[in-house]
Amino acid sequence: MIVAISAVGKNKNDNLDGRFGRCECFHIIDTEKSNLRIMSNKGAASGGGAGIAAASQLIEEGVDVIITGSLGPNAYELVEKSGIKAYSCDMVPVQEAVKMLEKNLLTPIKKAGVAHHGISG
Amino acid sequence: MVYPARQEEFKLNIAVLSGKGGTGKTTVSTNLALAMNRNYVDCDVEEPNGFLFLKPEVTARQVVTVGVPDIDKAKCTLCGACAKVCRFHALAKAGSDIVIFEKLCHDCSACKLVCKEDALSYRRRNIGIIEQGISRGIECSAGILNVGEPMAVPVIKELLSKLQNKDYLIDCPPGTSCNVVNTLKYANAALLVTEPSQFGLHDLKLAIELVKLYHIPFGVIINKDDGDENFIKEYCKENQIKLLGVIPYSQEAAKAYSIGCILYDKQPYTQIFDHISMVIKEAL
Repeated sequence: MIVAISAVGKNKNDNLDGRFGRCECFHIIDTEKSNLRIMSNKGAASGGGAGIAAASQLIEEGVDVIITGSLGPNAYELVEKSGIKAYSCDMVPVQEAVKMLEKNLLTPIKKAGVAHHGISG
Repeated sequence: MVYPARQEEFKLNIAVLSGKGGTGKTTVSTNLALAMNRNYVDCDVEEPNGFLFLKPEVTARQVVTVGVPDIDKAKCTLCGACAKVCRFHALAKAGSDIVIFEKLCHDCSACKLVCKEDALSYRRRNIGIIEQGISRGIECSAGILNVGEPMAVPVIKELLSKLQNKDYLIDCPPGTSCNVVNTLKYANAALLVTEPSQFGLHDLKLAIELVKLYHIPFGVIINKDDGDENFIKEYCKENQIKLLGVIPYSQEAAKAYSIGCILYDKQPYTQIFDHISMVIKEAL
């Protein structure tokens, strides 16, 4: 299973970022191979449509699961259509979020959050 | 960058802008339109309010449309080239679908150009209207962007493309955004309306910086003036910027504005706007 987590920085001990489209980077973890890749979020520097850019990037990466704070309406639509499961999590360390996912402690995101949520953050 | 004024096409179009919102662009432009007997154009299409004061009888209405892509699913191979080329993220590939976010589309046709399967076509989408009418012998026009639409420029461009070889007063949107930049392309002179507040001065400086790019004559009008040698007057003096007139702060003016009255109908405002009109004709 490939899991993408929105994060505030590129250190593996960094915290999860509650913003999806405007987070700095994604930590991509292959849970079977225990392999970690960290990549910049293409949405972060986007003029508009940040959530769409971020979601497209993760769709292309072939992720199965996204852990973030919430998804805006556009990102939610793309994630849902792609059959990716999304979970909401507090701003805990990224590795903690993965453990919570494995223990089934995270809440599935079943609807879109507010648009432009990440801009003031 | 230098934007040349389009003098060959138009006589004298005066743009009224401010930087800060709420300084009195509409008050100045509607009253001056009457004092100078010029046609009025409301380019503040996100919240047009000039017609509330001029109350023209609207004689023509036209819908403004923009292009947006449609995908022929029978032809689409889901290659994703259209989504990749779109710098505005108006298209995205998700599962067995190309999703279109039509409000993000800038109608640039890049997606159609890169589609090898010829699966993309453009249809028109309504985003606003243009109203035209006559009030007290002057032609009035206004653009009205539909609620929820993020892009005002297509409405502004359509509105300004209708200008004829006449004299216009153009009521600009606030700020110094694309909306103002596009409006100023049609101006041969600019009036900068401000107020004696720090926000007024801060945004006036931004507006001056913008207007200077166009190499057109401009001057300042102070609305809600306190009658003192305030910092706006000092700033104009120090920077050799023409002060074209002042409109005194008064509760009476605010009251008249709140019920959609034209100040120019009443003294001392008839005299004030006639005076500003004379100064503009001499100075610009």
